[in-house]
Amino acid sequence: MLDALPRRRVLRLRPGQTGTLVAASVLAVAILACLLAPALWPLDQSAVALDQTRLPPSWAHPAGTDDLGRDVSLRALYGLRVSLLVGAVAALVATVIGGIVGGIAGTLGGPVDRLLMRVVDTVAALPHLLLGIFIVAMLRPSLGAVIASIGVTHWLSTARIVRSELLSLRNRPFIDAAISGGAGRRRILTRHLLPHVLPRLALATTLMIPHAVWHETALSFLGLGLPPHLASLGNMINDGQGSLLTGAWWASIAPGAVIVVVTLAIAALAVRWREYLDPRVRAELQL
Amino acid sequence: MSRRFAGAGRVVRRRLLVAVPILVLTSIGMFALGAASPIDPAKQYAGSAAFTANPEVLAQIRANWGVDDPLPVQYLRWIGNLLRGDLGWSTSRHEPVASVIAARAGWTLLVVSLALAIVLLASLLLGALAAYRRNGIFDRTLRAAAYAVEAMPVFWIGLASIAVFALALGWLPAGGLTDVTASGTGFGDVAHHLVLPVLVLAISQAPWFVLFVRDGVADSLRDDHVLAARARGLPGRTILFGHALRTALLPFLTLIGTHLPELVGGAILVETVFSLPGLGGVTVQAALGSDFPLLAAITLLTTAAVLTANLATDLAYAAADPRIRLDA
Repeated sequence: MLDALPRRRVLRLRPGQTGTLVAASVLAVAILACLLAPALWPLDQSAVALDQTRLPPSWAHPAGTDDLGRDVSLRALYGLRVSLLVGAVAALVATVIGGIVGGIAGTLGGPVDRLLMRVVDTVAALPHLLLGIFIVAMLRPSLGAVIASIGVTHWLSTARIVRSELLSLRNRPFIDAAISGGAGRRRILTRHLLPHVLPRLALATTLMIPHAVWHETALSFLGLGLPPHLASLGNMINDGQGSLLTGAWWASIAPGAVIVVVTLAIAALAVRWREYLDPRVRAELQL
Repeated sequence: MSRRFAGAGRVVRRRLLVAVPILVLTSIGMFALGAASPIDPAKQYAGSAAFTANPEVLAQIRANWGVDDPLPVQYLRWIGNLLRGDLGWSTSRHEPVASVIAARAGWTLLVVSLALAIVLLASLLLGALAAYRRNGIFDRTLRAAAYAVEAMPVFWIGLASIAVFALALGWLPAGGLTDVTASGTGFGDVAHHLVLPVLVLAISQAPWFVLFVRDGVADSLRDDHVLAARARGLPGRTILFGHALRTALLPFLTLIGTHLPELVGGAILVETVFSLPGLGGVTVQAALGSDFPLLAAITLLTTAAVLTANLATDLAYAAADPRIRLDA
């Protein structure tokens, strides 16, 4: 009986999905390496080896060493840990702010909606890196300031997504059915609207992580980001500038390459996920 | 023509009705952050002398500056000074904020507008060509490149370009505005120094514009009027640039305005990488020194500039599309 049922294959690749597979593998390897790094390759952030400074890439040091003789590849791995963690937490903060604003606008509608959307348009017109710099400068550079800076400047898209999703759900027949079935406001919100909004919210958070990482990297590169003991990839690119000018390009270029590869993998997977949630988008793209 | 702009005055007024509250709210938010900041302006002014200074002197400085007044009073004084054109005193550069900005805004504006001009020209050309043979080799290569560049931090592109073009090949200078030996800012010298920064900024901003033009043109190539143009036997180039691109241009125009904040952020980073004497470097310096007057003035002025540019693109939209009536 069971054998008669068609077997569901977990991984079914269609042509054009090799990119997804590559992105997923890259991300899996990166996350695994981040998790296992402290156990497999312990790093003493304060250890220097002044007899091994600015060595070019070799088997012993796949991405060379920096101006203090530290292995660039190992530091980049630890930098990636910090960048991804900060990026994920900040993206979550931005999603919570955006979810609340978009949720209020979408459920209440009317003048509240117009006012909140005006606020969204307002913040969108602000140069957000400049605003982020201002926030960090006034709160003094620290982990909390960086997360606040990203959260305050990156919640807009989430608010717009949640609001438009709620507005389109409001007039669907199943909501009418729930109302005529006697469901209260609260029940409609938690049982009928929330399940539809949550997948979008999760997707919005994932799409936000690369942006959060880029923002954090930019702040850290300017020397306005994370403190040295929490060195992120941005701090490393900043540190490596001096080496780069003396010809040791790998100290800055290697950590940057890690950012590019990992954020590209996250973005590629998020785009696939969006196509899955909204097949119409895919149809339009394929035409 | 005059009827088309009949509502321009009203649009400007309506935009101002939004822009002024934006600026006021932004300034209040910034002032609140500045007030919440743990930095004591009197101690900051005194520097290391604060440790040895007579407490009475510090108290006198505080009283002179009115930093212990109620916050609304301080806010109104600050805003009042700004409106009268007194931007205050930069604590990190020890000169008036107005002269810091006046000396540098021009270079930033030059870099940003050159980069924007290149981005617009390149994206219109490349986007239209990619759309003409959709999913062809050129289209796919361009889109892959656009996604890749979009993931690259602009300062990383800048550093890589310095490593390749300035250090390895020695074609272009690695930074600065003029040669160390130069006594003034000669045109050729400055142009030579601006090639890399402007191109790096343009390349980092291009993906978004290229993809937008490509999608827009791809859509309008399926429009009826393009079909009609094909039926009349017009050559492909005329159809692409004269018919399809023209329709796709309209939404593009307003979106340039919405993308300006992004361009400002890119300019700050590029100026830092190439040590250009624009507002970017001075912004970072002000941020590191917690220089509220300078940082707040730069942020507010930039916001005002972006809002003005948004208004300009809206008016340009009406000028470009006869169907848009501003008084509607």
